[in-house]
Amino acid sequence: MASSTPTLESLRTKNRLYWLLLAIGGLVAMAGMYAVHMMESHGHIITGMNNQIVWGMPHVFAIFLIVAASGVLNVASIGSVFGKAIYKARAPLASLLSIAMLSGGLTVLMLDLGRPDRIIVAATNYNLTSVFAWNVLLYSGMVGLVVVYLWTMMERRMNPYNKMAGIGVFVWRFVLTTGTGLIFAFLTARQAYGSALLPPMFIVLSFAWGMAVFHLVQTSIYMWNEKEIAPAILQRKKHLLGVFVLGSLYMVATYHFTNAYFSHQQGFERFILMDGGVYPSLFWWGYIVLGNIVPLVLLYAPGIQRDRWTALASLLVVTGGFALLYVFIIGGQAWPLQLFPGYEVSSTFADGQISAYSPSIYEFLLGLGGLSIAFLITTVSVRVLNFMPQDKPYIAD
Amino acid sequence: MSEIDIQRRQFLKTSVGAAAVAIASGMMLYSVAQGKSEGASSKVRWGMLIDTNQCKPGCNDCVTACNNENGLSGGTLPTDSQWIRKIEIKDISSGRELSLPMMCQHCEHPPCVDVCPTNASMKRADGIVLVDKHRCIGCRYCMMACPYKARSFVHEAQHDQNPDVPRGKGTVESCTLCVHRIDVGGKPACSEACPNKAIIFGDLNDPNSEIAQKVHSVASVQIRADLRLNPGVRYQGL
Repeated sequence: MASSTPTLESLRTKNRLYWLLLAIGGLVAMAGMYAVHMMESHGHIITGMNNQIVWGMPHVFAIFLIVAASGVLNVASIGSVFGKAIYKARAPLASLLSIAMLSGGLTVLMLDLGRPDRIIVAATNYNLTSVFAWNVLLYSGMVGLVVVYLWTMMERRMNPYNKMAGIGVFVWRFVLTTGTGLIFAFLTARQAYGSALLPPMFIVLSFAWGMAVFHLVQTSIYMWNEKEIAPAILQRKKHLLGVFVLGSLYMVATYHFTNAYFSHQQGFERFILMDGGVYPSLFWWGYIVLGNIVPLVLLYAPGIQRDRWTALASLLVVTGGFALLYVFIIGGQAWPLQLFPGYEVSSTFADGQISAYSPSIYEFLLGLGGLSIAFLITTVSVRVLNFMPQDKPYIAD
Repeated sequence: MSEIDIQRRQFLKTSVGAAAVAIASGMMLYSVAQGKSEGASSKVRWGMLIDTNQCKPGCNDCVTACNNENGLSGGTLPTDSQWIRKIEIKDISSGRELSLPMMCQHCEHPPCVDVCPTNASMKRADGIVLVDKHRCIGCRYCMMACPYKARSFVHEAQHDQNPDVPRGKGTVESCTLCVHRIDVGGKPACSEACPNKAIIFGDLNDPNSEIAQKVHSVASVQIRADLRLNPGVRYQGL
């Protein structure tokens, strides 16, 4: 691991940069709060969401953050559950990112509610048949469990319990992402959803997105500390990301092939993959090309070994994730409910029509506000606590 | 008995009396606030039978009646609430055209109730599916789950509301089957307004009711019967 000796001047510059980063993050978070204030005082009328496209841009941000928050823990699980040393050194950072992204995602979900002031109602009334109610417990339980897990890593006396906590986190995050997939899997009336494939698809997607986010943050931290990741470690991380990207591509392909197999689903598949305007474009260009093919080339093409290419591949995987979620969440709602198969249908309530949606600035601000919360938690924690991966001289496990 | 004991006894008597007065008046206020003492009966299953042969294309009387009864604006923007809407359908193979009203189908197994995290979506014992406006947090999961797109979200502040039908910004709402009319022996506004008597309202469980007899004697279907939700609204002539 190469590193240069910090000078007083370079430390001063870094200190200024740190405060600048906090200021930028804080400003974005404040812009998010402004959006919430506007949505609270005017109602959802100022968003692009309506009675047809019920969930919009905030949900794309929130679900990305929550799914990635679960996937990022892979790094921790490989360390604690499977005992791989280079992953174990990264488990604290992975845990921190998980807490940060969960906090950001949940904040967006909560503040998008029609009545966020009734959070106490949501906390005290549980409908046991509702996946949302399960998720309230799953998400808050996840944060609690990861805090305990971090404690077992960072407090020497708690070290003996680390494996136990690691296994707990490992199991919990599978259940959690299953819960996120089930939000959609239980919507049997909508053609885009209502599939048992969705929970496993979300789990595999979480691996890729979590790994990509982890890699981006790790690269930034190494750059900040003027260090380079050992090539052997980078190589393993690259391959793992590549395998996860391929795995998630397989799950998404299976979901679409399964749909295309049923004749009553073919209209929807044609819409989302071919005729649907922005949705096929985002799917093919955003998700398949930018989010999968280009990253795979960057990860596997011979001669490309540099850390920054892996970072770019990770950034593209994240971008592809947003594109896929937009297609899945918004495109899935844009396709009309089939109340009368075999009939042409029309009404004043958009029956039989493709619903239009254009997200408003407030939705973006709210979503970016969630991202900035994750960013602020990560930046401050990395600064005040020791989350820098401490590798021993590299030994193959 | 000492002077102190007498005083103590007097004090206890007064305290018990005061407590009784306070609790009794509270209980009275509570019972007044609760309205009618008897709740909805599970012996009743309110429902509707809609005869599509009698429903005229272009006629919007049921929709207008619903809007007036429930204080809806009648707007048809994507953000406006529509508790009932007319759907025009045309059989692609035969070209046969029909018109019919669509609203909350008051399912026996309502998906909106299953998915609601806070139990704000609920089904009364008599089969009417409602939203508790005080419990709804506005997550819109019920809107995602409803196969009939029967629910609307209140996107902005409401004014000049009907006192019987409170509505609130940030909560979800849908056809209540005019529960405020049913509870005083009336029937839904749409059913009353239909000039062709295409919407028959009544108790599906009462064998002597018009609706039960008609459902027994004519062919009727439930929309999306494949989902096995057993809606309380049935359609004739589809």
